[in-house]
Amino acid sequence: MDDYIIKIENVKFKYSKEDTDYAVDGCSLNIKKGEFTAIIGHNGSGKSTLAKLINSILLPTEGKIYVKGMDTADDSKLWDIRQAAGMVFQNPDNQLVATIVEEDIAFGPENQGVESSEIRRRVDDALNAVGMYEYRKRPPHLLSGGQKQRIAIAGVLALNSDCIILDEPTAMLDPSGRKEVMDTLKKLDAQGKTILLITHYMDEAVLADRVVIMDKGNIKLDGTPKDVFKNIEAIKKFGLDVPQVTELAQELAKEGLNIPPDIINVKDLVDLLCQ
Amino acid sequence: MSIKAENIKYIYSEGTPFMTVALDEINLEIKEGDFLGVIGHTGSGKSTLIQLLNGLEKPSDGKIIVNDIVVGEDKKKLSKIRQTVGLVFQYPEYQLFEETVAKDVAFGPMNLNLSEEETEKRVKEALELVGFNYKSIKDESPFDLSGGQKRRVAIAGVLAMKPDYLILDEPTAGLDPAGRNEIFEQIKKLHKKANVTVVLVSHSMEDIAKLVNRVIVLYKGKIHMQGTPKEIYSQSEELKKIGLGVPQVAEIVNELRKRGFNIRPDILTVEEAKEEILKEVRRNYV
Amino acid sequence: MFKNLTIGQHYPVESPVHDLDPRVKIIITLAFLVSLFLIDSFSTYIIVAVFLTAAITISKVPVKFVIKGLRPILMIIIITFVINLLMTPGRIIFQVGFIKVTEEGLKQAGFMAIRLTLLIMGTSLLTLTTSPIILTDGIESLLKPFKRFGLPAHELAMMMTIALRFIPTLMEETEKIMKAQKSRGADFESGNIMSRAKNLVPLLVPLFISAFRRADELAMAMEARCYRGGENRTRMRQLKISKGDYAASFIFIVYFAAVIALKIW
Repeated sequence: MDDYIIKIENVKFKYSKEDTDYAVDGCSLNIKKGEFTAIIGHNGSGKSTLAKLINSILLPTEGKIYVKGMDTADDSKLWDIRQAAGMVFQNPDNQLVATIVEEDIAFGPENQGVESSEIRRRVDDALNAVGMYEYRKRPPHLLSGGQKQRIAIAGVLALNSDCIILDEPTAMLDPSGRKEVMDTLKKLDAQGKTILLITHYMDEAVLADRVVIMDKGNIKLDGTPKDVFKNIEAIKKFGLDVPQVTELAQELAKEGLNIPPDIINVKDLVDLLCQ
Repeated sequence: MSIKAENIKYIYSEGTPFMTVALDEINLEIKEGDFLGVIGHTGSGKSTLIQLLNGLEKPSDGKIIVNDIVVGEDKKKLSKIRQTVGLVFQYPEYQLFEETVAKDVAFGPMNLNLSEEETEKRVKEALELVGFNYKSIKDESPFDLSGGQKRRVAIAGVLAMKPDYLILDEPTAGLDPAGRNEIFEQIKKLHKKANVTVVLVSHSMEDIAKLVNRVIVLYKGKIHMQGTPKEIYSQSEELKKIGLGVPQVAEIVNELRKRGFNIRPDILTVEEAKEEILKEVRRNYV
Repeated sequence: MFKNLTIGQHYPVESPVHDLDPRVKIIITLAFLVSLFLIDSFSTYIIVAVFLTAAITISKVPVKFVIKGLRPILMIIIITFVINLLMTPGRIIFQVGFIKVTEEGLKQAGFMAIRLTLLIMGTSLLTLTTSPIILTDGIESLLKPFKRFGLPAHELAMMMTIALRFIPTLMEETEKIMKAQKSRGADFESGNIMSRAKNLVPLLVPLFISAFRRADELAMAMEARCYRGGENRTRMRQLKISKGDYAASFIFIVYFAAVIALKIW
């Protein structure tokens, strides 16, 4: 087995046979272990479908997807794949099952038939990892959106997943909730988890190691945030925002200032201007 | 004609251990023709405030006056108030229920006991105001539309009541950049063409700065700041501190100023920032 | 508004009664209900009252909370009392027109009122001292032996858990949709029954659609977290019978024996 934890090979997918357009149209992508990848694209670009294909919720119409070497179309590997690549969804309310936070986090390992004391250990670890230990006895409906999403992330951690796939986890959150989730993801990234974040917020994608831009079911741009975001015109054409700092940097460069086109952090631009 | 809030206080679950003061000392006037932004994070009291403005909730103390009618004084006038102050809730598409778009939009006018012709006329107008072709959309099922389209139908449902004031709570929540821009364009047009007074509620300065001409910042149930978008922008650091979204341009300007870069604090757009930075750079190096 | 709503009126304090295994509590409660209907003399009810008072005291639940549970069924108690009072044939002790009160009727009515009151207080004590989720665990565990006869114990418990989880969410949603439709001039408060029922359509349709959407998403989220029914599933919290449970069972058996003895005697 090689370093790739997820291998997507020429995958095509459509929701029904009658559909003329493929939701995912000949997509290939390899994700390395420990990588933090952000997939961005407008609604209907196929990014959420791709996430569900990886988790084996949907099966490719054509092509293959391998998670840790396991074919997602292989029925006998279904639960191993879902354990290896855990998923967090958009709506924080509709993915929490239990009436108590810690019971909810225990839901995954309970399904796997893990022994009781081991579940307890995993739940405590997961609660600490997302900084929600003191909320363990609370009912989820009294938590904020950001807290609920952290609980959902903890639920995946308790499955002992190597890879976390998040399908627009911040779309329904306010700025402080979004920050909570992103801080949690950065922390998990530092601990070596493989993270696949699907989003349409540029400021979140900037924090990843790698940015993939999808449009019409296919990958259009792929590279480090710097490499990708410097293509301002192309990104705008895909119906997406660009970081304002990159736009400003390029505008200033056009006016003759000596500023590189691939600035994505406020600090970098400020440093250059204040030299 | 205006909406006035005088010394509003609102207390939840009074007399129980869960008692919370959601709003306190709120004084506010929304004049006809205004384009007002209300920003605050979840729990700042902004949802409560807008529900007070159209009589869905009653203040614990203080008075709300809509076009000279005191809210709550006469129960019979409540429906008049709700018609005058149209309220579009967050994720309004979840309130759609009819078989066709036209029927759903007609729900409000029907409740006002308008004639069939008048209802149809209003439905047509409302749907066109939010950018639909009436003929092609009217017989569609609202549930077959895309997320952004559903939301526009729901907004049309409120517009068909012909409100003088339109309050929108996070109208772009959950939409992608393209959907967001589309909704904002429609709202801008509404304010300009249909002469509706608009109140836009958001948790992010970024979304509303370019649209509104006045901003109120709510924090812990009180009015924390108010002024023009530029005035509020120049205090972006304070906004960030109370958990609100600040656009990156404001952050850049802020950082530059901290490092002794001499530029205006109230910059709203990338274009403006460019001009200001160039001026300063050229001043220093020529 | 609905956020403060508690389901099953759990009163969370620490007490020996709270600590009991839910299975023991459920069985004791059921047997307690049986005992209430075995009794046919007023004097025996003194034993029941003593037992219940002792249980409430040990549970540290304020008596007014236990009595509060009676409020919703007060009407039922009164109606039962009146029906028994007036409908039981026997020796007439009091008569106004066609309304007759008999000695047997008075006795029967008294029994029924006391039984119902004690019954509600007993079951209230169970729900007050046991959180809904632990109660669900207890029910699941007790129903397990009936699996053999095709009873879906795990599925029932899962349904209860999900219902408990989503009731507050759906209540909040109901309030929201109601307000949204009121803003469009909907009227939920006036009119006759027929028009009121019709007025509920704009509330119920969105609510059902949303509930189905939630169910759909929840099912997907559960599958993504490896849920595949009750087979081979383990639990983090294990139910364990401890010393307290033996003690409680012993005390209850003594009580039950006393009730039986008094009945035979």
